[in-house]
Amino acid sequence: MIRLHDICKSYHTSQGQHEVLKNVNVTVERGQKVGILGRNGAGKSTMIRLLSGAERPTSGSIERTMSVSWPLAFGGAFQTTLTGYDNLRFICRIYGIDPTDKVEYVQEFSELGSYLREPMRIYSSGMRARLAFALSMLIEFDCFLIDEVVSVGDARFHEKCQRELFDKRADRALIIVSHDMGYVREHCSKLCVLSQGHLSSFDDADEAYEFYHRAIHLQ
Amino acid sequence: MNTPSPAVPSIFEALRVQGRVIYALMMREVITRYGRHNIGFLWLFVEPMLFTLAVTLLWGGLKLNHVSALPITAFAVTGYSSILLWRNMPGRLIGSVQPNLSLMYHRQVKVIDVFVSRLLIEFMGATISFIALTIIFATFDWMSLPEDLLKVIEGWLMLTWFGCALAILLGALAEDYEIIEKLWHPLAYIIMPLSGAGFIVDTLPKEGQDAILWLPMINGVEYIREGFFGSVIVSHYDMAYMAEANLVLTVLGLAKMLKISREVTPE
Repeated sequence: MIRLHDICKSYHTSQGQHEVLKNVNVTVERGQKVGILGRNGAGKSTMIRLLSGAERPTSGSIERTMSVSWPLAFGGAFQTTLTGYDNLRFICRIYGIDPTDKVEYVQEFSELGSYLREPMRIYSSGMRARLAFALSMLIEFDCFLIDEVVSVGDARFHEKCQRELFDKRADRALIIVSHDMGYVREHCSKLCVLSQGHLSSFDDADEAYEFYHRAIHLQ
Repeated sequence: MNTPSPAVPSIFEALRVQGRVIYALMMREVITRYGRHNIGFLWLFVEPMLFTLAVTLLWGGLKLNHVSALPITAFAVTGYSSILLWRNMPGRLIGSVQPNLSLMYHRQVKVIDVFVSRLLIEFMGATISFIALTIIFATFDWMSLPEDLLKVIEGWLMLTWFGCALAILLGALAEDYEIIEKLWHPLAYIIMPLSGAGFIVDTLPKEGQDAILWLPMINGVEYIREGFFGSVIVSHYDMAYMAEANLVLTVLGLAKMLKISREVTPE
């Protein structure tokens, strides 16, 4: 379970304090699929960082009794002067798993083949994204965080990702943060809408959609 | 399968994770910095060795011998190795948070891990270089081995502590104040000749001695030199003062570091 309790988050800006989240409360149970909808700038990325534990709230508490992934397929942490294999080893080291039996899986799944041993700066963006997704699948988290629609590589690779994530890991919790109602609706049973710093939860998708639609056009 | 660490780890588990992260960061940093070409990670200590060697040859060539009764090689090796410790550590930590911000999406990676991994690399580089040069020069009879090894080690560790504490403070401050990065280089440049690497305190007039010993690192350098050639020179130091100065820097540095790690926002 992950529980956000009365979370507030504000940032210093040149215009003074800017409050992004105001008294946010939400609970994600084991195996639950939760979608968080919000317009651009609604605080979705802040939510992701708080949920993953990369950042601390200004006030409020976060309770975590299950392991939470880093944002799925996030490639920003790659050191591009290093090889894909070096980056794979780094991830394995910080999560305490043995990389030797993972190499083959990553090589095959990311379709990189022998390029895994080349510096990442020569990779295309598709290659980087595929590697990032493959690395996200190395650690068996209880809960996966997804920041925006997972659209990695071509249609075939996309299908492979869907299978790996939604079929093979159907028992895991998912938190999808997106502005795309359709995608969230397809995968989530519980929907939340982030608007003007407040988070509203809905069990009924139509209600959530109605609310989200109003929130978009309100401003 | 691979079970990630429990959400609320015990202190031992937390230490184990931290050790793992620091090791991973060190390996990443070493490969990034030195690559796999030619001698690879050996550059870690070959680089400081070359620096020290160059300075030793330069000082030897300039016949700086007249400043003291000490053999120039031993003088340069102890002096320049000490500089490497306290000057490179802050240099490596200033500006080290920004390029590693995205790593902090992995919850277990913290600012302190980035700092500690870099400090360990610098410590290892400088220490191996110091030991290797001493042994090499001693083999060729250009300098003699330390008279009191324990004293040398103590002095070296005190200098390491000073370097680490100063580095953490400056590294953490640099996150909030860009000017730190701009000021550190000229400042290090000015302090370098005053740090005791190029002279021994005993050659100064009394007032000069008292003034210069306010610089914490010079106490450490003098202590190391006493360990090396205590019977030949008179050393001046106040290790209690150096420990106090180090402690103050450590407390300030850790406090500032905790503050920035609470506020850090991964990109």
